[in-house]
Amino acid sequence: MEETKPKTKGKIQESKKDVAILFAGDSGDGIQLTGSQFSTTSALFGNDISTFPNFPAEIRAPQGTIAGVSGFQLNFGSIEIYTPGDLCDVLVVMNAAALKANLDKLKTSGTIIANTSGFDKRNLKLAGYLDARSPLEDNSLGKYRVIEIDVTKMTREALKETSLGIKEKDRSKNMFVLGFLYWMYNRNLGPTQKFLEEKFAKTPEFIESNLAVLKAGYNFGDTSETFTTRFEVKPAPMPKGVYRNIMGNQALAMGLIAASQKADVPLFYGSYPITPASDILHELSRHKNFDVRSFQAADEIAAITSSIGASFAGNIGVTASSGPGIALKGEALGLACILELPLVVVNVQRGGPSTGLPTKTEQADLLQAIYGRNGEAPIPVIAAASPKDCFQMAFEAVRIAVEHMTPVFLLSDGYIANGAEPWRFPSSKDIGKITAPFLKKAGEEPFLPYERDEKGVRKWAIPGIKGLEHRIGGLEKQDKTGNVSYDPENHQKMVDIRAEKIANIANFIPEQEIDQGKVGAKLLILTWGSVYGAAKTAVKDMLLKDLDVAHIHLKYLFPFPKNLEGLLRKFDKVLVPELNKGQLVKLIRSEFLIDAIPFSKVKGLPFSSTEVQEEALKHLES
Amino acid sequence: MSVTTEKPTRSPKDFSSDQDVRWCPGCGDYSILKQVQSIMPEIGVEKEDIVFISGIGCSSRFPYYMNTYGMHSIHGRAPAIASGLKSANPDLSVWVITGDGDALSIGGNHLIHMLRRNFDFNILLFNNEIYGLTKGQYSPTSPSGTITKSTPMGSVDHPFNPLALASGADGTFISRAMDRDPKHLREILKDANDHKGSSLIEIYQNCNVFNDGAFAVYTDKGSKEDSTVFVEHGKPMVFGKDGDKGIVLDGATPHIVDLTDGNYDKHDLWVHDKYDRFKAGVLIRCFDAPSTPSVGLPRPFGVFYQENRPTYEDLLHDQIKNSVERKGKGDLDALLRGTNTWEIA
Ligand code: SF4
Repeated sequence: MEETKPKTKGKIQESKKDVAILFAGDSGDGIQLTGSQFSTTSALFGNDISTFPNFPAEIRAPQGTIAGVSGFQLNFGSIEIYTPGDLCDVLVVMNAAALKANLDKLKTSGTIIANTSGFDKRNLKLAGYLDARSPLEDNSLGKYRVIEIDVTKMTREALKETSLGIKEKDRSKNMFVLGFLYWMYNRNLGPTQKFLEEKFAKTPEFIESNLAVLKAGYNFGDTSETFTTRFEVKPAPMPKGVYRNIMGNQALAMGLIAASQKADVPLFYGSYPITPASDILHELSRHKNFDVRSFQAADEIAAITSSIGASFAGNIGVTASSGPGIALKGEALGLACILELPLVVVNVQRGGPSTGLPTKTEQADLLQAIYGRNGEAPIPVIAAASPKDCFQMAFEAVRIAVEHMTPVFLLSDGYIANGAEPWRFPSSKDIGKITAPFLKKAGEEPFLPYERDEKGVRKWAIPGIKGLEHRIGGLEKQDKTGNVSYDPENHQKMVDIRAEKIANIANFIPEQEIDQGKVGAKLLILTWGSVYGAAKTAVKDMLLKDLDVAHIHLKYLFPFPKNLEGLLRKFDKVLVPELNKGQLVKLIRSEFLIDAIPFSKVKGLPFSSTEVQEEALKHLES
Repeated sequence: MSVTTEKPTRSPKDFSSDQDVRWCPGCGDYSILKQVQSIMPEIGVEKEDIVFISGIGCSSRFPYYMNTYGMHSIHGRAPAIASGLKSANPDLSVWVITGDGDALSIGGNHLIHMLRRNFDFNILLFNNEIYGLTKGQYSPTSPSGTITKSTPMGSVDHPFNPLALASGADGTFISRAMDRDPKHLREILKDANDHKGSSLIEIYQNCNVFNDGAFAVYTDKGSKEDSTVFVEHGKPMVFGKDGDKGIVLDGATPHIVDLTDGNYDKHDLWVHDKYDRFKAGVLIRCFDAPSTPSVGLPRPFGVFYQENRPTYEDLLHDQIKNSVERKGKGDLDALLRGTNTWEIA
């Protein structure tokens, strides 16, 4: 391979601990690709990173309009990074609409890199700038450092020797910007070169053209006299080991596969396409060589019921969806609960109610997961904290489902699902085992399908085994035999047995630990799900300022860890930031009679660490 | 002389569970249960390899009465549950028990998608043209004008022709039988079992409590012969008292002819070809009430259509096999590692 990092002239270098860049442009501008390439390169370089793509709400929004703006935020640093960053240091805009939609996310005195050809009359009008006046020319951006580059022109220039058409040439615009940023942050072009070589293996002319533009962008920074500052962001002090980059949905799919392998039970995945859960289906469908039976069902109900059927036959049935789809699965969840078959139901939450905000994030389905069924139908609920944590929690969901013969809810959300971070992936030999309670042979006595072990768990007796023929169903069943029973005493008994079985799972999950700070602090920040990163960053910062605060992050939401109540009682105040109108806080109050304080946000966007910190400060002062 | 057999011969009783059967006395379900139990020893499948899956409704109690594996699930979802079950273990003999409300109303979507995917199972659709379990509302197969508790002035809906629906969904085995003709029902059940793919049997079933006599014209001695035609592959369509009538096909239009007046004989008649998709369509559309003066076609029974098409579960497992052959058996460490890693020392 040739030398991929062009020689550079001596330029002033400035060292930075962390930098947040927001790439924004039309959905056709290759923004997601640019962002993910910069992320991969930075991760490979050794920075800690966190990313968050912001897809346009409408896939076919007209070009150049605000509705069509796609964004990708990346935070990378020489320190540990837990969020994609609150406000960004650099805003890259490919057109006027991208600037208009994102200017409020830029720090004062931040840098704007603007593609000037995206600010022509037409684009300005589409973006809704009054009288098509360009913000680049009317001094309205005085607070910022603006770097204007005619990316379109430079790209065409770089490709003038090629036989590509104008349209094809313009498609490489994003490579110019990427090259320029690689120069600005002193990055190596190697990883992107490798990526291009793989992506365009069948059309080598595109490898060359894209690479030419990438290098042109880099050289532009190097040779142009305008830009005097280059930045350096050193590798982060991360624990030793081998890392890769991972997105939430991808990690979740891998967790399911790992669990299936470790349980030695095939995975059946029944799912209906829905944003933002579909990527799990895509990922699993690629791994049929792990004996994954992926099934794109005809609807949400068929997705879950086919999974129940597969579980009855001895597979690990898994289904995933988002809020509206989960609502449709409600009846079948009750069935899985009364059948006592293993089943994992993933909810990648999005903004609701109804169709709501499909591409935006929210945590408003917690109570739906815990209570959203008819009758007394307890189902364990756990939640992932970050993209990489989806692996661990998906594994946990399968473990609990299989070892306790119960459906399990795993909550993720749009922010985690599409976000990415470096992951020190485990070696398969270090991943625990899952023991399925299969009954492999008939005994002397007649088989009783609802007889239980000391954990309250029944046996998994699958069709095909002689002597274990039995019938199960959605009607209330007699204790032990499973025969239909309408006896009042029996119903009370069975409802109690099922509740106790689920409550007992608290004995088989880790005890709650404190994430940061000390027991007895004046203020505890209690979080679940994707609020983890923002709270972690906020509390870290506050601890550096010697504030009396601590952070606990919950991953097991039903049942709660055994020691949770005792732990919570040790703090003066408990603040619960959530992306809903206060759902975990309700549970804490009703379960423990602890006067926890809600902190709610429902804008379809994650918390920033600043928001959490500001709210925390209020409660520390009072 | 003693005869030893490899497998113990089973009797219908071996397939009957210890649960008391709880349908109303006189219900047509009893006959269907009996015919199913009686063919079970003949289909050559061990009872531990048989699974009955049902939805909700009177007929859906069926699995409880079979001494096999079974699941009484939720309303309309049996085909979807069976789809997962069969995908997980293609070796099982899977029977879906459903009714007109269960399969055609609340579960309509599951039924059509199961049929087009062609899972290898047998679907017994008990059609009684009424909701029995909820005590007598009209169903999606009740004729227009049906007076029930929910339609005191008569229903205004046009009913489904279940087999036309199945044909529209490209079902690969489409047939009709009835509770009161046990011998014919047993034959169809065995044919359905022999077919690899989704075998749908619509079974006319009398609900003697809420819709008694709905199919009397096809079952009663006096009317049966003139109002029904039992089709057999390769045989001309003869019906009526002493076989005095036949059906000829004029283009795509069937007509009844008299075989006694010397104008027509058996060689002129429509010979049933169950593999002919187009003619099966005509047969399936013979759905007028036999009393309709203009046409008066008898209601056909038998296997109308059959087609060999790969089953979903076979195609799915072929893909799994191919994937293993191409990429090797899944290597978890390789999966976790991916293609882009870096080391921090
Ligand atoms: S209500 Fe009708 S269909 Fe149901 S069991 Fe009674 S007779 Fe049979």
